[in-house]
Amino acid sequence: MSRFLPLIAFGLLVALFGFGIWWNTAHDQHDIVSPLINKPAPAFALPVLGDDTRKVDKQSLLGKPYFLNVFGSWCIECVHEHPVLSGEVKQLGLPLVGFNYKDDPQDATAWLAEHGNPFDVVIVDRDGRAGIDFGVYGAPETFLIDGKGVIRYKHVGPITPDVVANEFRPALAALAKESP
Amino acid sequence: MRRIGLLALLCLLPLLAIAQAIQPLPFHDRAEEVRFQKLSAELRCPMCQNETLADSNAPIAHDLRRQIFEMMQAGKSDAEIKAYLVDRYSDFVLYKPPVEPKTWLLWFGPLVVLVLGGLVVAVQVRRRARTAPATTAAANDTEDDW
Repeated sequence: MSRFLPLIAFGLLVALFGFGIWWNTAHDQHDIVSPLINKPAPAFALPVLGDDTRKVDKQSLLGKPYFLNVFGSWCIECVHEHPVLSGEVKQLGLPLVGFNYKDDPQDATAWLAEHGNPFDVVIVDRDGRAGIDFGVYGAPETFLIDGKGVIRYKHVGPITPDVVANEFRPALAALAKESP
Repeated sequence: MRRIGLLALLCLLPLLAIAQAIQPLPFHDRAEEVRFQKLSAELRCPMCQNETLADSNAPIAHDLRRQIFEMMQAGKSDAEIKAYLVDRYSDFVLYKPPVEPKTWLLWFGPLVVLVLGGLVVAVQVRRRARTAPATTAAANDTEDDW
């Protein structure tokens, strides 16, 4: 028995390191699970892009579920997810709120003019303070917020058709089941 | 001569990267600055793979440093500031995660491995001590000679 001990110890180490490698490849290290899921969205009141006199706050969006998409004209991945946003996500039939994060309003307006504007309304978080309350740490990020203002789901990184099919649709189905 | 001067200047270029990394904040005194540095070195930048908030040049790290600074100015304690960040970015931001059931392996795993290893060594040593007189007689006994 004891002559096999080194082999057993070696095997255990292999298993441990193998698990480490598998874990790191299977999980996106940048995807921090938001502690805000299933908690009320933070209160915010942010100006509308292109019309500083108008403000949108959390209260005014209550009543029906909506997507909050964090984007910026500086964000490369946002260009990649843009067709999905104006295609598959739009087809889900929920209001789409743009959260212009740490951006120059002029750049944002130009960016939306160039690529098309899929948003029902775009709110501006110029200095990123509201972003911190939402636990935003980059762009793109997308939140699903229900009619009561509770964050139900968060996706970090660009939205792909797969994300819409495998994550957004089930999340919406769960919402629909709850409040028929 | 001019070339050497240019070369010398070029050699200084990398320093710019360091110079722009962290923007100076208007600290009241040295103690406050030390406290800020210590706190931001214990917090992890959520955007980066493995950098502290103190070291990172990511935009979010800059914003969070500013947030920490402002909370310090507002008289918040280190614990309150950490709780604020954990509420938004989860335990991920802490380099020292709290001791709780799901982090027991992380905290006590190395100790368990050490104790197990020590036990194995102790058992082997005692065994050998017992069999030593016999094995000197039988030189061709290859048992345990690793």
